Amino acid sequence: MSENGNAYSERYTLNLGPQHPSTHGVLRIVADFDGETCISADPVIGYLHRGMEKLLESRTYPQGLPYTDRLDYLAGVNNNLPLALAVEKLLGVEIPERASLLRMLTCEIMRLASYMVGIGIYIMDLGAVSGVFYPFQQREYALEVMSALCGARMTQGYIRFGGVQADWNDEAEAALDVLYKELPPFIEMYHKLIDENEIFLRRTKGVGVITAERAKSYALTGPNLRASGVDYDLRRDAPYCLYDRFTIKVPVQQAGDCHARYAQRMLEVEEILKLIKAIHAALKETEPGKIMGAVPKMLRPPAGEAYAQTENPKGIMGCLVASDGKGVNPLRVHFRRPSFDNIAIFSELMPGHKVADLIAIIASFDIVLGEIDG
Amino acid sequence: MALKTNIRFPQRGGMPEGDPANTHDLLTQEELESRGILFTSLDKLFRWGAGWSLWPLQFGLACCAIEMICTTQSRFDMSRFGYEVFRNSPRQADVMIVAGTITEKMRPAVELLYHQMPEPKWVIAIGSCAISGGPFVDSYSVVAGADKVVPVDVYVPGCPPRPEAIIDGMLQLKAKLSHPERKQVVRDDK
Repeated sequence: MSENGNAYSERYTLNLGPQHPSTHGVLRIVADFDGETCISADPVIGYLHRGMEKLLESRTYPQGLPYTDRLDYLAGVNNNLPLALAVEKLLGVEIPERASLLRMLTCEIMRLASYMVGIGIYIMDLGAVSGVFYPFQQREYALEVMSALCGARMTQGYIRFGGVQADWNDEAEAALDVLYKELPPFIEMYHKLIDENEIFLRRTKGVGVITAERAKSYALTGPNLRASGVDYDLRRDAPYCLYDRFTIKVPVQQAGDCHARYAQRMLEVEEILKLIKAIHAALKETEPGKIMGAVPKMLRPPAGEAYAQTENPKGIMGCLVASDGKGVNPLRVHFRRPSFDNIAIFSELMPGHKVADLIAIIASFDIVLGEIDG
Repeated sequence: MALKTNIRFPQRGGMPEGDPANTHDLLTQEELESRGILFTSLDKLFRWGAGWSLWPLQFGLACCAIEMICTTQSRFDMSRFGYEVFRNSPRQADVMIVAGTITEKMRPAVELLYHQMPEPKWVIAIGSCAISGGPFVDSYSVVAGADKVVPVDVYVPGCPPRPEAIIDGMLQLKAKLSHPERKQVVRDDK
């Protein structure tokens, strides 16, 4: 007789990853099972550790900016922003209004693209392979806007210190119109496809429940925090760029289980679309052309430290930059990577669940390994 | 339906020289192909088949893996070429797509996966990191290119490459399969 009362269960260790289709990259989880039930789970990370923070110390500031794209590679622009904001804080540069709006607009577009991957892969990991095709199609519309704007699909490097790389153009406008047209029918259709699905509900309802207190104590951020009933979004509560000009409605779920994390993302997608439209309208009213502030050719920020944080698709991304005031390289750069902090709860969350639930839990967190390992 | 042909094989003991009937009936390979008959070696037939149905290993490392997934999705749809059967087990795959940065910690796993794949097998290195280490080449934890770990057949540049480039990489591998005499071996023993 084992601890959980099952007569014939056997204890064994299951190694999940680093090569596994459902670990979203190279995450490895070493879990102990008693029969079907998990008794302990231990995430092993570092399989994609590229030493990014150390590398940035040997690069000049502008050279370091494209590296941040490779942190959370599903939303490149959003990662540029905290580093840019922190260095600009040190430099004391004024950002033109149009550049700020363009930053926000591209961030929201890439947030949408990232959520599409998060939702699609989640559904695929639960076994519905066709569920991944529709969101990825929407993601292509979002990437098409970025492609028209700056020429790159994924790792754009669009944000520069003092502004952005390229001004809004007609091609991007046309691509954004396609997104406006395609996204609302998709949301409606996807709700019909997934929300009432018996298998999806059975596999996600009541699985991996995180209470608001536990979510806060584990420093969860982003949609995972809001799915546990904590109403916190940096864009509204500590606005950066020009987010304070816009009214941002933050949806919140109370259940805190895997299903709530899916529903949270689907609700947020609708809000993102509204926000994109609002920012786009504001962008049209500004004068074209001025997209860079007065930034010196050689960036040598004065000695000191600056910290900036933004609301990324995965949670709160922070960046600390320290400068000694002499060199063209930063003295130290540190990133607060949301996925890294989010997976800390896995060891507490997974025990007590079945093998298949582990996959649902990993998928519902929408993690990105580039960000976890850094 | 049986195909009617005029092929006459040489008689035992050799073909009598100067017999106009025999020289007339022997057809060249082009003529045979035009009549729907193909003489080939098994190896060539196998390579032709394999070139149209490569089964990649579903194995993502970093950013490039997302573009690899995009390539299989509805917009780019790699199944048009017969390459959509991504296998999760290396035992069932014959192409390894190294999509992303290989770190020192990941290196043994990549090597093991390669050795677990049955012969014949090929490797495509996608993106700057898999080609040479890319932007992370001087990092303390990054392997400078997939060819330090496994033999690479096709390199696809980009950071990450667009899905069109990945499809082109697969087609390059197909060309290499059907024309083995064209292959170039670049070896870096360092």
